[in-house]
Amino acid sequence: MPSNSTILEMRGITKTFPGVKALQDVTLEVARGEVHGICGENGAGKSTLMQVLSGVYPHGSYEGDILFEGEPCEFRKIRDSEDRGIVIIHQELALSPYLSIAENIFLGNEQQRRGVIDWNKTNSEAAKLLARVGLDETPDTKVIDIGVGKQQLVEIAKALSKEVKLLILDEPTAALNDEDSAHLLDLIRSLKGHGITSIIISHKLNEIAAIADRTTVIRDGEAIETLDMHGAEPVTEERLIRGMVGRALDHRFPERTAPKIGEEVLRVEDWTVHHPIDTSRVVVDHANVSVRRGEIVGLAGLMGAGRTELAMSIFGRSYGAHITGRLIKDGQEITVHSVGEAIRHGIAYATEDRKKYGLNLIDDIKRNITASALGKVARWGVMDADGETRIAGKFRTDMNIKAPSVNVVAGTLSGGNQQKVVLSKWVFTDPDVLILDEPTRGIDVGAKYEIYTIINALADAEKAVIVISSELPELLGICDRIYALSAGRITGELTRAEASQESLMHLMTMEKEAV
Amino acid sequence: MSTTTTSIIKKTLGGNLREYGIIGALMVIVLLFQALTGGKLLQPNNVASLIQQNAYVMILAIGMVIVIVAGHIDLSVGSVVAFVGGVVALLMKDVGMPWLVAVLAGILLGALVGAWQGFWVAYVGIPAFIVTLAGMLIFRGLAIILVGVTQSGFPDPFVQISNGSLPNSLGFLANLDIMTLTLGTITIAALVFSQVRTRRSLIRHELHAEPFGAFISKLVIFSLLIGAVAWVLAGSRGGTPTVLLIVGALIVAYGFLMSRTVFGRHVYAMGGNLHAAILSGVDTRRVNFLIFVNIGALAGVAAIVTTSRAGAAVAAAGQNFELDAIAACFIGGTAVTGGIGRVSGAIVGALVMGVLNMGLSIMSVDPAWQQAIKGLVLLVAVAFDLVNKRRAGTR
Repeated sequence: MPSNSTILEMRGITKTFPGVKALQDVTLEVARGEVHGICGENGAGKSTLMQVLSGVYPHGSYEGDILFEGEPCEFRKIRDSEDRGIVIIHQELALSPYLSIAENIFLGNEQQRRGVIDWNKTNSEAAKLLARVGLDETPDTKVIDIGVGKQQLVEIAKALSKEVKLLILDEPTAALNDEDSAHLLDLIRSLKGHGITSIIISHKLNEIAAIADRTTVIRDGEAIETLDMHGAEPVTEERLIRGMVGRALDHRFPERTAPKIGEEVLRVEDWTVHHPIDTSRVVVDHANVSVRRGEIVGLAGLMGAGRTELAMSIFGRSYGAHITGRLIKDGQEITVHSVGEAIRHGIAYATEDRKKYGLNLIDDIKRNITASALGKVARWGVMDADGETRIAGKFRTDMNIKAPSVNVVAGTLSGGNQQKVVLSKWVFTDPDVLILDEPTRGIDVGAKYEIYTIINALADAEKAVIVISSELPELLGICDRIYALSAGRITGELTRAEASQESLMHLMTMEKEAV
Repeated sequence: MSTTTTSIIKKTLGGNLREYGIIGALMVIVLLFQALTGGKLLQPNNVASLIQQNAYVMILAIGMVIVIVAGHIDLSVGSVVAFVGGVVALLMKDVGMPWLVAVLAGILLGALVGAWQGFWVAYVGIPAFIVTLAGMLIFRGLAIILVGVTQSGFPDPFVQISNGSLPNSLGFLANLDIMTLTLGTITIAALVFSQVRTRRSLIRHELHAEPFGAFISKLVIFSLLIGAVAWVLAGSRGGTPTVLLIVGALIVAYGFLMSRTVFGRHVYAMGGNLHAAILSGVDTRRVNFLIFVNIGALAGVAAIVTTSRAGAAVAAAGQNFELDAIAACFIGGTAVTGGIGRVSGAIVGALVMGVLNMGLSIMSVDPAWQQAIKGLVLLVAVAFDLVNKRRAGTR
C-alpha cells in the first residue's frame, strides 16, 4: 500500500511500439530513501520503463499513471521530469568532451546573470559538488582528459546540481573497472544517507545483491516480482537469474534435423584485442573459439562482453588495435589484414547494425546483394548488369525478400527484409564461415522464424555458422554449441544438451575473480 | 492493372522525371535567353562558341561529380588548371617540346598533382576539403612563380584544339557542313542502337521495361535534340568544334565508367554508406586515391583546353573554375551528402551554367551581375531539388 514513504509509483504502464509490446501493465513502487534495483535480460523492457519515467516517451504515448511524491505526473520531455527532481544517467554518458567539468555540470543550467556566465560562481559551485561525489579533479579540467569512471561521477555531480530526489542509473558500472565500480557503489550508499533515492539498472547481479534494498525483476515487458533484499532469506544471484529467465521455450524455432557436422573449418586461438582508442583496455582477452562444417555455434554475452568486437576483429581486423592470436582455417594458419582478405578466405560477417554498417540504404536491392562480391558479376571490371539482376532475382525468390522487384531501394524495406538482403549479400560471397551478429534484432516474430530457417539451411549446406545474440532463448533454440563471454573472456562452452538459460546466464555474469 | 505495377510505373517515371526536370529547366533557360537576346543565343556561331567556351566546365564537372559522389570535394582544380597550363606553355616555348608531347605531359602532370592530393586524402586521412584547399593555394602560388609574364604564341595545332573545327572534308550541302551532319546522324544511330539493345535485354530477362510508348517518345525527343544541335552547328563558321569531340568522348567514357564498371559501383557504395562499403571489402583507400588521380588528369585536360582557347597562359587562369564545376554538379542533381549523382546530370548542369554565361554576355550584362545571377540560379536549383525530394519522401 503506497504511503508517505513511497516516493514513486508507476501504475499499469503499457507501452507499445509498432508490432511490439515493450511494456505490459508494469507496476513499480519505489520507497523514499531506498536503493531500488531493476534487473532483466537485454530487451526485457528495463530501459523503456525508465524512458517512460523520465519523459523520453512523452505522456500520452503510453498507458498508465506515474505518481511522484503522491502527485500524478505528465512528463512531456526530459526537462519536465528533471524539474521534479528525477534525473536519469544513461549508459552512454551525455557529456561534451571538450568542455570543462564545471561547464558540463552546469550545461543547460548555466550560472549566469543576464546571459553572462558568472565563472567564479560556476567553478566554486562545481568544486563543492565534486567534493560531494568524491572526485579529486579541478573544475576546469576538460572532460576528455579524465577516465570513464570519473566521467560517471561528473554525471552524478550534474544530477546533484539539479537538486535530484530520484537518481536513475542505467548500467552505471558497465564500462568501469572494479575499483571505479566499488567507488561508485559507495557513492550511491552515501547519497542514500543524504536522503537521495536511487534506481539502479544493472546486469551485474552481484552488485545488485550488494547494494539494493529491494529489486524488481522484469521479463518480457512485465514486472515479475519485487524482492526484498534484506528479507529473512537472502536473495542470491541464482534467485535473481531464475526470475529473469523463468519461461518455457515454445515452438518459435524450426526443427533442426540431424545436423551433419564435419571437420573444423575455423579455429581462433589465443585471440586478444585492445580497444581502438583506449588501447590499454583489453576488449577480447585470450579467446579460443572453433567452428566446424555444418555447425551452428552461438556466442552469448551481455552488452559490452566483447562479442561483436571478437567477431569484427576476426573479420579482417575491422575493429580493434594490437590484435594478437592465431587464425586457423581448414588446418592452416592464415593472416587476414583487411576485409577483402577475410572475404577471399571465405569469412563473412553480417553486422548487428544493418542500417549503419550493413546496407547502402539509398541504393537498390540488387546492388546491395552484389556489393561484397562484384568480381563475380563483372568481367574485366565491367559489370554484367543482366547477370546481376538475374542473381539478385534468384536471391529474392530463395530468401523470400518481399519486394516487387530487385530495383526497390533497400531503405524502404522492413527490418526483416533488409536482414534477408544482408544475408543474401554474404551468402553470395560463398563463404565457408558466416558470422551473424544479432541476426534477428528489431525483426518481428514471423520474419525471425524465416531467418532461423535460412540459418539452418546454410548449416545444412555445409557452412559453418556463428550466431551472436543477446536473446538466450534464440541461441538455445538454434545452436549446436554455445560459447559464453564475460568481460572479453570466454567463460565457458556448452553443448546444446548442456546449455540452459540459467547455466548460460551464470557464465555470462561471471566476474573476473571467479574464473 | 494491379496496384503494385501501377506503383512501379509511378516510381520509374518519378525517378526519370527528376532527370528530365533538369533537362526541362535547361530548355526553359535556353528559350528564355533566346527571347531576351532577340534570337542571338542560338545563332550557329554562338552555339559553337558556347561549346568552346564552356568545355572546361564540362570536363571538370565530370571529374567533380565522381569526387562528390564519393563524399569528397575538390577546391583545387582552378589552381591546377593555371599551374598545368603554365607548365605546358613553358614546355612548348622554352623547352621546344612538340605540342602533342607537351599536351600528354600536361595530362600526366595533372595526374601527378592528383596523386599528391589523393595520397593525403586516402592514405593519411586528411579531409579532402582541407587537402584541396591547401592545393588551391599551393598550385596557384606555383603558377604565379612559373608564369611571370603572359606566355603566348603557341603552335597553330595547339591553338586549334579549342578554337578550331573538324575539317569540312565532306563538303557542304546547302551551306551546311556534311561532316557535322554525318556525326549527328551517327550519334543518333548509336543512341537508338544502344537503347534498343538495353530494352531487348531487359525484356529477354523478363525484367521491368518502361512502356513502349514512353520508350519511343523518349527516343524521338532525344534524337530530335541531337539532330537540332547538329543542324545548327552545321551552319556555323567551322562546323563541329574539335573540343566537342573531346568532351563527347569523355562523357561516353565516364558515363560508362560510373554506371557499368566495378570501380563506379565502388564509388557509389562509398558515398552511400562508407562503413558498409568498408565492411563489404571495398578497398576504400585505393578508390579514394584513384578518384583524385582522375580529377587531376581531367584538370590537366581542362588546362590544355583553357590555354588553347585563350592562346596564352596566365597565372590568373582558372579563377573560380572549381566553383563552376561544383555548381554544375549540384544543379545536375548530385547529392551534397554523396552517393547520388550522374555524369549526364553534371553535364546538363554545366550546360545550364554555360547558357547563363553566354546569354548574359550577349546581353552585355555586367560581369559582377552575371556572378550574382549564377549564384542565385545555383541556390534555386538545389532548393527546388530538395523540396521535390521532400515531397516525394512524404508521399
